[in-house]
Amino acid sequence: MSEPAISLTNLGYFYRPNQWVLRHCDTRVARGSVFALLGPNGRGKTTLLHLLIGALKPCEGGLSVNGRIAFVPQLFEVTFDYTALDMALMGRARKIGLFSQPSRDDEEAALAALDRFGMADYAQRPFGELSGGQRQLIIFARVLVAEADILVLDEPTSALDLENQSLVLERISSLARNDRLTIVMTTHHPHHALAVADDALLMRGQGDYLFGRAREILTEDNLCSLYRAPLKRIAFEHEGREIETIAPILTPTQMARHHSQETIGAE
Amino acid sequence: MRIMSKMLRKPGADCAPVLLLIAIALLALFSLTLGRYPVPFADVARIVFTTFPINAVGDYENAPWVVVEIVRMPRVLLVTLCGMGLAMSGAAMQGVFRNPLVGPEIAGVSSGAALGGVAAIMLSWPPLAIVGLAFGSGLAALAAAFALARLTGRASTLALVLSGVIVGGFCGSLVGLLQTLADPTVKLPSIVYWLLGSFAGATYEKVAIVAGVTLFAGTALVALRWRINLLSLGQTDAKALGVNVEALRWGLMGLVALLVAAQVSVSGGVGWVGLIVPHLARMLVGPEHTRLLPTSAYLGGIYLLAMDDIARSATEQEIPIGLLTSAVGAPIFAFLFWKTQSKGWMRE
Repeated sequence: MSEPAISLTNLGYFYRPNQWVLRHCDTRVARGSVFALLGPNGRGKTTLLHLLIGALKPCEGGLSVNGRIAFVPQLFEVTFDYTALDMALMGRARKIGLFSQPSRDDEEAALAALDRFGMADYAQRPFGELSGGQRQLIIFARVLVAEADILVLDEPTSALDLENQSLVLERISSLARNDRLTIVMTTHHPHHALAVADDALLMRGQGDYLFGRAREILTEDNLCSLYRAPLKRIAFEHEGREIETIAPILTPTQMARHHSQETIGAE
Repeated sequence: MRIMSKMLRKPGADCAPVLLLIAIALLALFSLTLGRYPVPFADVARIVFTTFPINAVGDYENAPWVVVEIVRMPRVLLVTLCGMGLAMSGAAMQGVFRNPLVGPEIAGVSSGAALGGVAAIMLSWPPLAIVGLAFGSGLAALAAAFALARLTGRASTLALVLSGVIVGGFCGSLVGLLQTLADPTVKLPSIVYWLLGSFAGATYEKVAIVAGVTLFAGTALVALRWRINLLSLGQTDAKALGVNVEALRWGLMGLVALLVAAQVSVSGGVGWVGLIVPHLARMLVGPEHTRLLPTSAYLGGIYLLAMDDIARSATEQEIPIGLLTSAVGAPIFAFLFWKTQSKGWMRE
């Protein structure tokens, strides 16, 4: 096996002394793979991402990152409404000299990247006017422009509608398969992880991490105890393909109670 | 693809700088005709185009030549340079702070420079020494704000804004103290007049100071303008794109401080220009800083020239330009606020 893109050894971090958010975390992320981080809120998913991109420094242990990292935050908001092309162009920051401006070549590289994601027609549209999914695609294009090797995504599907969710997941998969990018993503949707991730890390608590092949560790038992909510892993055939997904179980009693509360609230 | 990228440019964005440059030149020539001594436009144009402007040597017996080249020309040049510098500084600061509601005054430079100027007037220093002390103390105020911000451990933008408020408030109170101590018949009126802002005392020496600073700091700012786009994405994202955020931010603020200190030292307090003009420029060419910075500079020159023309010709006695820029700036800003807040720059 070749050198991993990312390896964590006994990694630990706290914001206040001795209140560990993350501890004894060991993981290896293989080059060109999709790696998903799962766990309830407050278990250190975002902290781990910030450690990976270098925004935080480890308090304990170490991590090594082999390659250039690009980060895609959860919801990309901009103060100034640059065009999609201007946004993609910013990926060239390392190539453009301190006192230089982007050249025609830079602009064409950015346009080509937008084209890869079917966004060339939106090049002159203000970024802020695009939908959440379109913004993600623009940022993906920027990642290609930056020629990054590792893409770190913070809940890439959380703010998106169903159509854009599947679009973004498909692109993530394609970036790993076709462009050999290593992808690290957090998600609150275990079925998204099952659909695209090769490996996964279940963050169950401080020092309690389960790492393994996504298909092997995203089991009903593991997920139920992770989220403390009933889930079902389902396999079925769709258009000749074997599909596996995970669905939460909403029991009729829960739904009935929810419904009656609504009725009471209305009166 | 090659043809496409050319087609994609906004049609207005390419010709705007040229049109604005022509507008500045015409407005400057027109400004030279204004004043008590009447010199027709054609004569002004003839005088300007037959005299080398920096080192004006000519016929001192010729009244129109003296009025245009010795009295009015330094003022017009000074106003144009200051307007360009302030507007460019404002555009850069709004990018650095990711906030279109800040002006170049934010780091306490203006208050520091004002303190220096007032102190020099109190000490009865000659005009050039007033300029020098104002400039020096403006930079000292910036250094103090930087040092205070560093005390917090991490030199965040918010820390610097707060430090700027502290330094600015302190300098402001000292200016007030000096005013109460000043001799009310001689010193106080000149202090007050200087603080209100005026280009009345323009000389070629002052032009040389401002031109030197503007040439250096302005050129550097314009060269760095694409990087302001990157900074405006926020620290995490800019760092991930390979930008040395801290160094770039401090560098840009230092350049802005130079420009602001130069302006305050020659003409006192001229507010609102750096706040408003970038908004007008954004309406013209969009928020992207490679286009925004030059456009802001040209518009700033035009705006301040127009204000100065009004200041010296609207009433019998000259109106302090600082009063005028605030009086005109506030309603314009209110209009912009109303007009653009739905377009997203208020977004958190």
